[in-house]
Amino acid sequence: MVLFVLLRLLPGDPANALLSVGADAAQIEKAREQVGSNLPLWQQFLRFAGSLARFDLGTSFVSGKPVIEEILARLTVTVPLALMGFLLAVLVAVPLGILSAVKANRWYGGLISTVSQLGIAIPVFWVGILLVTVFAVTFRLFPSGGFPRRGWQNEGQAFYALALPVMTIGLVMGASLLRYVRSATQDVLGSDYLRTARALGASFPQALVRHGILNGAVPIVSILGIELATTLLGAVVVERVFALPGLGSMLLLAIEQRDYPNVQGVLFISTLLVLLIGFAADLTQRLIDPRLRERAVGGNA
Amino acid sequence: MSPVETSVSTRGQRHSLALTVGLALVGINVLVAVLTLLWTPYDPLNASGGRLEAPSLLHWLGTDRLGRDLLTQLMIGARTALLVGTGAVAIGAAIGVSLGVLAAFATRLADDVMAATLDILIAFPTLLLAMLVVAASDSASLWTAILALGLAISAIVARLTRILAKRVLRQDYIVASRTSGTSWAGVVLRHVLPNIWPTLSVNFALQFGLAVIAEASLSYLGLGAPPPNASWGRLLQEAQGTVYTAPIGAIAPGIALVALVIGMNLLADGLRDIADPTRGRSR
Repeated sequence: MVLFVLLRLLPGDPANALLSVGADAAQIEKAREQVGSNLPLWQQFLRFAGSLARFDLGTSFVSGKPVIEEILARLTVTVPLALMGFLLAVLVAVPLGILSAVKANRWYGGLISTVSQLGIAIPVFWVGILLVTVFAVTFRLFPSGGFPRRGWQNEGQAFYALALPVMTIGLVMGASLLRYVRSATQDVLGSDYLRTARALGASFPQALVRHGILNGAVPIVSILGIELATTLLGAVVVERVFALPGLGSMLLLAIEQRDYPNVQGVLFISTLLVLLIGFAADLTQRLIDPRLRERAVGGNA
Repeated sequence: MSPVETSVSTRGQRHSLALTVGLALVGINVLVAVLTLLWTPYDPLNASGGRLEAPSLLHWLGTDRLGRDLLTQLMIGARTALLVGTGAVAIGAAIGVSLGVLAAFATRLADDVMAATLDILIAFPTLLLAMLVVAASDSASLWTAILALGLAISAIVARLTRILAKRVLRQDYIVASRTSGTSWAGVVLRHVLPNIWPTLSVNFALQFGLAVIAEASLSYLGLGAPPPNASWGRLLQEAQGTVYTAPIGAIAPGIALVALVIGMNLLADGLRDIADPTRGRSR
């Protein structure tokens, strides 16, 4: 619904994309019929909603290919990119976040916090440019951009091409994630149950692992969901830096070419992914924390 | 925040430090931006040296691929960044606060609808919303970018305002104030806005930083202000291609950008401690 309104706000008739500049009135009318923009708004909306329900995203105005095909092809770049970046971010953020909270009074605890502060102020694309400068230009370790034409048929090359983009996403996302892990750990450290566990004779690491991890994980999981969604959608910038043929660059190109079915399709699929991820994060939270489950069963979540 | 630090005085000192550094970083930016209105080292629009010159006494940061002085471009970029941040936050605040206060007063149904809509809007990254608004306007200009970011921010501000305002409206003194004959408009002006302002202002400072980053990203993607206006994002995009020969062009604008955003974030931290001195000490 929101999508439909936003898309109709785009100025100009979508039929224009089909026509050359000097088209006469009859040609315009024919094109409008083909696209469906001559129908009243409510009929357009019904057609729109109906075809979405059948996963029919239409065909691109520019290439004439079905939108869903192109999206699926591009997802094979964006999804691995986002997932690997996400994994790297978690691997960086969780241990370092816990460490920086537990050892906040040591020099490295403070250092980690300061560096993560820096991480949220840096635009993703600049990190990408810097990594290219260091690893691709200076040391020539990784390619500075592009993706093998044959895609995942050549796995080694595909991974090789994604190395720097994944690092870019992982570092930036890791920095912002780290701050949440750190404050969740601080909450755990100040909690009564941890003190009780210690009083009952558990060593500090024991108490932290047995009681701290799961309790601290609950708020983190919902943040993880949001971050993963942001990464999927936000990959547009990283894909531009490294010239990757992903979903983001498809959206950018479609906006430039006023290719409405493509814009609409990308937005629809990303919205769907965002909702699915949010749902998955919700379920995971309930798996971790029985208290949330009971509240849901009570019907008053 | 941290249970490990218990001494009040060290916390106070650390935070006034955050405020000082933040003010300094933002202040330098403002000064540079004002300076560009009166004077720049070179003509920003025309070549003043050879292409991609290395830094020298004449051109402290060298020149870009059209032979324009990079320092001049960078200084004008500061003006753009401040304009975008201020404009976007002003638009976001005006729309967001009004909507949020309205929602706090609205009937249950209207409030629910508003809350759900805001949640959906916020689930989209700011950048994506801004891209759509920019795409919806016929020509990209600095003002479209500002408007787009302002609208995206307004959703976040509206949600925060709604929650804060509802909390205030539940207080007993609101009932007392109403009983003594104050109109609802009076209640909003005298009680609601002053009470939610400290938290809001912290949020505005954070949003300012995010808006600056988002504008740089838009410009980097080619959806920001068109060429004669210098923007750090576009400077970075232009420099990416010549990073082999002139690495400084790909580094300096980034540092300027990060300095401004960190400055705003520190300012937000400092403001938060002034607004709520109890935070972090108890728990």
